[in-house]
Amino acid sequence: MSQSAIALRNSFQTLLDFGAFLRREMRPKGRILTPFNVITVAIMLVAVVVLVDRFAHGLGAVTNLSQEFPWGIWIAFDVITGVAFAGGAYVLCFMVYILGMEKYRPILRVTVLNGFLAYVFYSGALLLDLGRPWNVVNPIIGNSFGVSSVMFLVAWHFLLYTLMEFIEFSPAIAEWAGWKRLRVTLHGLTLGAVILGITLSSLHQSGLGALFLMARDKVHPLWYSEFIPIMFLISSVFAGLSMVIFEGSISHKVFHHRLGRDLKRRHSEIVLGLARICAGTLLVYVFLQVIVFVHGQRWAFMLTGWGSWYLVENVGFVLLPLVLFLAGIRLENTRVIGTAALLTLLGIVLNRLNISIIAFKWYAPVRYVPTWQEVVVTLAVISAELWVFRWIVNRMQVLDIAPLRSVKDSDVERLHASAA
Amino acid sequence: MRRRSAVKTLALAAGSTLVGRNLAQGAAPKRGVVDGGAVDTPAILVDTTRCLGCRMCERACAEANGLPEPPKSVEPGVVRDTSETQWTVVNRFETENGPVNVKRQCMHCLQPACASACLTKAMHKTAEGPVTWDPDKCMGCRFCMLSCPFDVPKFEYDSPNPRIMKCQMCWSRLEEGEVPACVQNCPAKAIVFGPRSEMLELGRERIYASPEKYVHQIYGEHEAGGTSLLYLASVPFEQLGFRTDLSTESYPALTTEFLYSVPLVDIALPVFLLGLAKAAKGRHEPESEVDR
Repeated sequence: MSQSAIALRNSFQTLLDFGAFLRREMRPKGRILTPFNVITVAIMLVAVVVLVDRFAHGLGAVTNLSQEFPWGIWIAFDVITGVAFAGGAYVLCFMVYILGMEKYRPILRVTVLNGFLAYVFYSGALLLDLGRPWNVVNPIIGNSFGVSSVMFLVAWHFLLYTLMEFIEFSPAIAEWAGWKRLRVTLHGLTLGAVILGITLSSLHQSGLGALFLMARDKVHPLWYSEFIPIMFLISSVFAGLSMVIFEGSISHKVFHHRLGRDLKRRHSEIVLGLARICAGTLLVYVFLQVIVFVHGQRWAFMLTGWGSWYLVENVGFVLLPLVLFLAGIRLENTRVIGTAALLTLLGIVLNRLNISIIAFKWYAPVRYVPTWQEVVVTLAVISAELWVFRWIVNRMQVLDIAPLRSVKDSDVERLHASAA
Repeated sequence: MRRRSAVKTLALAAGSTLVGRNLAQGAAPKRGVVDGGAVDTPAILVDTTRCLGCRMCERACAEANGLPEPPKSVEPGVVRDTSETQWTVVNRFETENGPVNVKRQCMHCLQPACASACLTKAMHKTAEGPVTWDPDKCMGCRFCMLSCPFDVPKFEYDSPNPRIMKCQMCWSRLEEGEVPACVQNCPAKAIVFGPRSEMLELGRERIYASPEKYVHQIYGEHEAGGTSLLYLASVPFEQLGFRTDLSTESYPALTTEFLYSVPLVDIALPVFLLGLAKAAKGRHEPESEVDR
């Protein structure tokens, strides 16, 4: 048999082995009939029916979208709020890879994974909302570049960032599959991906706010200012980190068996550190809000119902969590910090929904309220994401950071030496 | 290429009047540019004092654009909006000066928010003036609807193959050298079509000739940075369903600062981050066994 035939047979065998490995890994781990599984599967099945209806009969068949309200919760919650929640990935990458804060490394992978999945599923959700999704490639393949559009910028930065997050996470996939050499290569790409990722994030996080710049006469003046992009960027920092704190507390219970030694030992220390950053950025945010409020001469609106609603958001879900974060840091109490994080997240939901739905067209006689179908599809998107997240966490080294177990140190060093 | 020639004729016509005027004033002629730097595009002047409210324009519009026939009768007192099946509507407003009929449609802004919002250039301000929509480019994100200060673009929510619907100033008729269907079919000559500078002149002439009949404002001259639909009225425009709180600067200008910062950040931030990463390196040893 010739040399090439052997090589071919070997690579074919490798492929077969990997197929078998994949089949093995596809099998569920743990019990199948859990309340979580039953509920999420039911939600996803209903969503499939809803989506068939949506693609057969148009958006009007399942949503309450109208000529007055072109964007509903599929955009306002799934995309605009969800992306803010996924901001933890770029912030943590900045802390660990750029500033060298090794303390936070144990939670890095899970945060990057969460961010990556969030982007994949939210852009997926975006496709459901597009009226003509078959044209979605137009701004990407260069068929027609609308470079004067904020949306064009957001789309590109969104897409590229998702790719960067995939590169950042890819070493974990290589470890899981046992691709030692590839892991070294992928790992070498990390710093570049991180640097580009942070840049892309800063622009698309603010870009989501910039989408509303032209809606100046539609968003209530209490929520509109030319600083919306900066507010979106700053709030994505504490929104993302609050999500990390919140998810961390859940992961600790659900994936206790998967937690690494480092993470178990360090968890409260990490949470305290994140709380400090949340408090700091919340403080900056409050300052900016005050400046915008005074500069925009918004006192006149405070006596209206909208003024009260503005106070609910900014006192109840910005100032209060700020105080709780500070108290939690002082008392070194992760429970108080957890509460603060949860309130912060609710505040972000309120803020994003206010700008894009509630205080949008505040003068319109008919309000937009999502249909049950819109809610179900949103829940289904979250459910699907959680399924994939669970599948990965149960198989790859995400929460237990000791990834060199599968790749021996000596292997890596030898490869490095041969590469050099 | 017919479109080109029609445009050329129009541009030449507009240009010659301009040149004439500019030379008379002793200023250097600047091709195609009129007062305030606005390009002299075709425009439609709607004189609401002349409109009878016969709604012939609605019918002509539907026929020219293949839309369903507009309702035979309309409920008095109900202000209708343009819709995905009706690109223009005439509403009757009861005012201190008696009933006033107002025809509404796309304003065809000089610097349209919808076109600058469009990431695929499906919504597009043609060189000839009309703001048009291209089904092969649009992905249906509806950002144009969010951005338009006049809420003009409408979406076919009940279609699996939805289109963005709005007045396109009959650009295919303009190509043929004709005027928009609504203009041609107005029995009262309440709608006039021509170069924007001339339409503004005509509007001013009418206001000056009968100052007691008109409010001294041409709606659309400055609104949203100037529009190709220009309105004359006998009562203040807020009484006729017009938004009078709109900016006089163009809406795309609201995003230019942000858009200009994008290439800057895209270039400067990675360099800064790389420097920061290198500077911070070696400050501390990695503590976990990973990524050594």
